[in-house]
Amino acid sequence: MGLDDILTASVFASAIRLATPYIFAALGETFAQRSGVLNLGVDGMMLMGAFTGFYAVHVAQVNATMSEPMSLLFGVAVALIVGGLMGLAMAFVSVTLKAKQGISGIGVYLFGLGLSELLFQQWVGTPKSVSGFPRINFPVLTDLPIVGEIFFHHNLLVYVAFALVPISAYILNNTTFGLMIRAVGQNPEAADAMGVSVTRVRYATTTIGGVLAGLAGASLSIALINLFQQNLTAGQGFIAVALVYFGGWRPWTVAAGAMLFSFVNALQLQIKVIGADIPSEFAVMAPYVITIIALVFATKRHEQPTALTKPYERGE
Amino acid sequence: MAGRLNRLIDFAPVLIALLLALVVSSVLLIALNANPFEAFDFMLKGAVGSENATAETLVKATPILFVGIGITIAFRGGMINIGGEGQMIAGALAGVTVALVLGEARVPAEMAKTPGAFDLIIVTCSLLGGFLMGALYGGLAGFLKAYFDVNEILSTIMLNQIAVQMMNFLLNGILLDPAEAGFNNIPKTARLVTAAQLPRLSLPIGDPWLFARTRLHWGLIIAMALAVIIYIFLWRTSWGYRIRAVGENQRASSYAGINVKRQMMFSMFLAGGFSGLAGVVQVLGLQYRLQTDGSPAGFTGAAGFNGIVAALFGGLNPIGAIPAAAFFGGLLVGAQKMQRELGVPASLITAVNGLIVVFVVSSEIFILQRSKRRVSVAEQTDESDDGEEDG
Repeated sequence: MGLDDILTASVFASAIRLATPYIFAALGETFAQRSGVLNLGVDGMMLMGAFTGFYAVHVAQVNATMSEPMSLLFGVAVALIVGGLMGLAMAFVSVTLKAKQGISGIGVYLFGLGLSELLFQQWVGTPKSVSGFPRINFPVLTDLPIVGEIFFHHNLLVYVAFALVPISAYILNNTTFGLMIRAVGQNPEAADAMGVSVTRVRYATTTIGGVLAGLAGASLSIALINLFQQNLTAGQGFIAVALVYFGGWRPWTVAAGAMLFSFVNALQLQIKVIGADIPSEFAVMAPYVITIIALVFATKRHEQPTALTKPYERGE
Repeated sequence: MAGRLNRLIDFAPVLIALLLALVVSSVLLIALNANPFEAFDFMLKGAVGSENATAETLVKATPILFVGIGITIAFRGGMINIGGEGQMIAGALAGVTVALVLGEARVPAEMAKTPGAFDLIIVTCSLLGGFLMGALYGGLAGFLKAYFDVNEILSTIMLNQIAVQMMNFLLNGILLDPAEAGFNNIPKTARLVTAAQLPRLSLPIGDPWLFARTRLHWGLIIAMALAVIIYIFLWRTSWGYRIRAVGENQRASSYAGINVKRQMMFSMFLAGGFSGLAGVVQVLGLQYRLQTDGSPAGFTGAAGFNGIVAALFGGLNPIGAIPAAAFFGGLLVGAQKMQRELGVPASLITAVNGLIVVFVVSSEIFILQRSKRRVSVAEQTDESDDGEEDG
């Protein structure tokens, strides 16, 4: 068994695919954290997005009420709305009620975990699969050797995720809205004095975070795995939060972290497939160990938003 | 009169949370085509409707209470420890190893099967081993926070996943029950000899004694005694004072000469230790072996998360955690009855627990506003009520 058996084109391709939910969720979390809100409920929002998106597609496909592409878009829309509503609720709790963000996020996580399982058992019962987003065949490009397999044979949501990276970076760095987000996260008093509504900006970013978390969940349940089961995300939302710290609150580096992480994950899966002599438990463990090590080396290098986790209290 | 009113308002977030949770779960039940009154009735019956039901509630409450005490220490010290699950597993792994090894070494064959003959040394060493391993696992997150500024929420969540895999690895390898090896390979250890088991608990009421025919064990008494001890520790000793000072205000504590980094590690060490105890007590008192289905909550039954809910519900007071743990133990047991009778999935409770967490921390804003007023009053009368909020 040589390195050639491990570093195949399919490993790189699956690394790109596996990065999709992390990129969606982590970009959303980047917006929230840059404005000063730590949303730890991402995993619960992902689970709800994954279930509701899956269920919408499932119902539409079983009843054949709409064409397959329409059913998938319908599923995505439902996941976006559910994620957005949960983001809005998180904003209400964190911004208006000024609840401790670390703890309330765990509450939102448990809520999403429990409710998605409850609804799944009640409405679906046993794991069923749907026909999810198909892989896109590009003329010429898909047929290219190696490059075609790695880059040009993915489903639509994969490309949407990667397209969101430059878009998010542009919004944060080059638009007025981005400037307001950064100001509110760095110095809410000054932003407030300049007439920026701290509350409104934080509501917006936390809701964006929820929308993208819902999409991240849907990218699992109707594009990557094409089914739902109890605790489908298995903590991916928490890793997405860790990736934001690791990536220093910048979309490009956050996405790079997501790629690195999912590359390790893809390697881990490949090592299992070729039956290398490493206990599978250690392979599964590896990404989490790497995340902790990454956090040790990452947090010192970058400045975290000064107002992160601090509710804004207008001075008297 | 005013004091009693104040105390009532201290528990306001809990009461508000409970009320809101009741309303929301009723709505959910109605949405699932179940009659809420019927559902709550089944839950109540399932939780305390019979001697055995009550015992099962207390059995479920025991690990939640251990974890809840630990979480109380961590949160009071300003450390958001989400690692109860992993620390429970770490403690259980160490504790079961000690119990198995000492059980083999110390107990003569004829005593090994004598019912009720437990060996204090084996049990004590196993409990200490579990505490220590959980404490080290929790302390690791404290260390990473203190010296590398690694967010403890994230590190403890990662450590949870790592612990699950470590448990699966060990239970499929060196800790695997020799009787299982080569046959089913169900991941579980050998059964502990009776000398290494925590005795069952019964109360001298009636004949046979109350709970004599149930699974209730001495872990509950240990947990309740420790709750009182930790209450005294936190509010009546200088160690506890330093932990709380760091939790209240790190900068001020630092100016006052408190070693903040050390306190961070210490509170995480203790918190991990209590979760470790939760894990080892599950093994010694209930299952008599460490077993899992391989899933994250396969061994812990999510007590590591429910302990967080109980700690918050108990007002971050170890004594308050006692009724809180009993309440959540009852919810879990009652929900199983509800599931059997009405077909409503018991995962409803996970969702409701999440809501309770959100509601408790959200309603703290009203307490905060009030305590600001109270501070200004206290400045005039120079009256301190530190630590008087008993359960």
